[in-house]
Amino acid sequence: MMMPAEKSDNLFCSLAGLVDERKTSTTVDSDPSKQAVKISVRNLNFFYGHHQALFDNTIDLFANQVTAIIGPSGCGKSTHIRTYNRIFELYRNQKAQGQILLDGEDVLSPEMNLIDLRKRVGMIFQKPSPFPMTIFENVAYGLRLHYRIGRNELADRVEMALKRSALWDEVQDKLDRPGTELSGGQQQRLCIARAIAVEPEVLLMDEPSSAIDPVATAKIEDLIEALKEKYTIVLVTHNMQQAARVSDYTAFFYNGSIVEFGRTEQIFKKPAMKQTEDYITGRFG
Amino acid sequence: MHKLSTIKTTASSRDQTRADLLFRGFTALCAIGLILIVVGIFIELLMNSWPAIKKFGLSFLVSQKWNPVPGIEEFGALSSIFGTLATTAIAMLIATPMSLVIAIFLVELAPPRMAGIVGGAIELLAAVPSIIYGMWGLFVFAPFMQDHIQPFLGEVIGGPLFEGPPMGIGILTAGIILALMILPFITAVARDVFLMIPNVVKEASHGMGATTWEVTYKVVWPYCIHGIVGALFLGLGRAIGETMAITFVIGNDHSISASVFSAGTSIASTLANEFTEASEPIYLSALFELGLVLFGLTVVFQIVAQLWLRRLRKSTGGRA
Ligand SMILES: Nc1ncnc2c1ncn2[C@@H]1O[C@H](COP(=O)(O)OP(=O)(O)O)[C@@H](O)[C@H]1O
Ligand SMILES: [Mg+2]
Repeated sequence: MMMPAEKSDNLFCSLAGLVDERKTSTTVDSDPSKQAVKISVRNLNFFYGHHQALFDNTIDLFANQVTAIIGPSGCGKSTHIRTYNRIFELYRNQKAQGQILLDGEDVLSPEMNLIDLRKRVGMIFQKPSPFPMTIFENVAYGLRLHYRIGRNELADRVEMALKRSALWDEVQDKLDRPGTELSGGQQQRLCIARAIAVEPEVLLMDEPSSAIDPVATAKIEDLIEALKEKYTIVLVTHNMQQAARVSDYTAFFYNGSIVEFGRTEQIFKKPAMKQTEDYITGRFG
Repeated sequence: MHKLSTIKTTASSRDQTRADLLFRGFTALCAIGLILIVVGIFIELLMNSWPAIKKFGLSFLVSQKWNPVPGIEEFGALSSIFGTLATTAIAMLIATPMSLVIAIFLVELAPPRMAGIVGGAIELLAAVPSIIYGMWGLFVFAPFMQDHIQPFLGEVIGGPLFEGPPMGIGILTAGIILALMILPFITAVARDVFLMIPNVVKEASHGMGATTWEVTYKVVWPYCIHGIVGALFLGLGRAIGETMAITFVIGNDHSISASVFSAGTSIASTLANEFTEASEPIYLSALFELGLVLFGLTVVFQIVAQLWLRRLRKSTGGRA
């Protein structure tokens, strides 16, 4: 996609403006070195059969921050985050090499307990994926998997998760209706409720709002803001406005490599790399 | 190239509403024709069996007498109904769990190459004509039952269910042959049902930290149950009316016995065996009434299936 220079500069300014606007309201420690690293990725390579999709990805994700992953379609954003919970292992010919440390524990090591890992690292998919069961059971799903808890406690936790995902008001009197009856945006928040019900440490979101309407998207963005207090969030998005609005850090991916990683402010205001600047100003994409 | 606007359109010769109307009329005609055929078959059966219905009344359904000797004819369907239901039950009991396990294995666990080969073999098996199963059953499987399975069952389990001399043929053998016949059929349909689940739903479930087993019975299963039950009823429908595979091995004896080793008969095999022998009108009419019973049985199973599915759909939420 090519844009006339003038127009793209406008976009550039408006993105930087978005960043400015938001930073006044949130307080984040501006020195990255003081922040706790939640996930530390070192030299991650990824293969689909013989096709290498990621090249030496190295990145640190900070606890209780929102890290946006941006980049053109097919650059490896999904592939990258799908290594964090090893969901790619469902497919036979996919392989990851390198190191991913979650609180210092090696995620890719055979000793890592997959069930425990996936309880700690929740995932939201691009397409809302409610299970074929009631709204209540959707949210209770993970709780039932991982805990032996009584009826009342279960109901309490389901309610809490639905409240935290800003869905409670809309569904409280139809908890026994099928989850598939909700609208797309509601389904996505149901999936978020389902993920946070088990109190994970990290939430991976793969373009969570790309399949839903703008109003629902705004709700999800608000939700992300609220959730980062408890969780470390990785947000894949191809929508740069969204990255600028909600993230603290941004990583720019291109052709399977991490071109640039830094504070969202810096990435959008004065990107160090020419490629990054070209992408966020819309000179290609 | 011409600009599209300069090319003459075909709109004038293509009347949208008329074409639609024609098409709709044609499809409606086909649908109505289908219903007429079913109703026609029913009426024909009813008319032909009327003499028997008049003569034997309800006792036809509960009597196990089957005496075609001219002059003292007496016909009761019970032994045939019993044989049909017993062999079908045995077949479903064996085929249901096996085919579901195989289907899940093919979709979720087997390496792709193996899934391909086994899947192809299963489709091939489903296409084998039932007479082949019947012949194989009589010449290969029945002797095997007689020499190994029946003595084993009689000794290890015994009781009234597994009693009597091992004859090879009989209700159990027929049920097993039937199971083998419908197994590939159910497996193939069930596999296609499992394959239809979107990956993202499975990933979401694994992503919550579920094991393959948990994903299967908590998410895949409710997602598929509609189709699976459909597959089972297709299998049942085949089993209940199956003729050739059973006629060869069931023994064709109009009697009812608790033991699955004993010979019996089914509605379909009675019909196949005796139509050529039925000289007297009342004999023929009794056979038609048997056909009517089979027709009724299938209809009842279909209705039960539909009602059950409707209830399921309500409880699992639309998708299922
Ligand atoms: N299942 C797959 N098999 C083979 N190649 C794949 C598969 N999924 C993705 N890829 C390839 O990996 C690269 C990165 O894809 P992806 O991570 O989906 O990109 P993004 O999420 O940034 O759009 C692309 O070149 C894509 O073609
Ligand atoms: Mg993607």
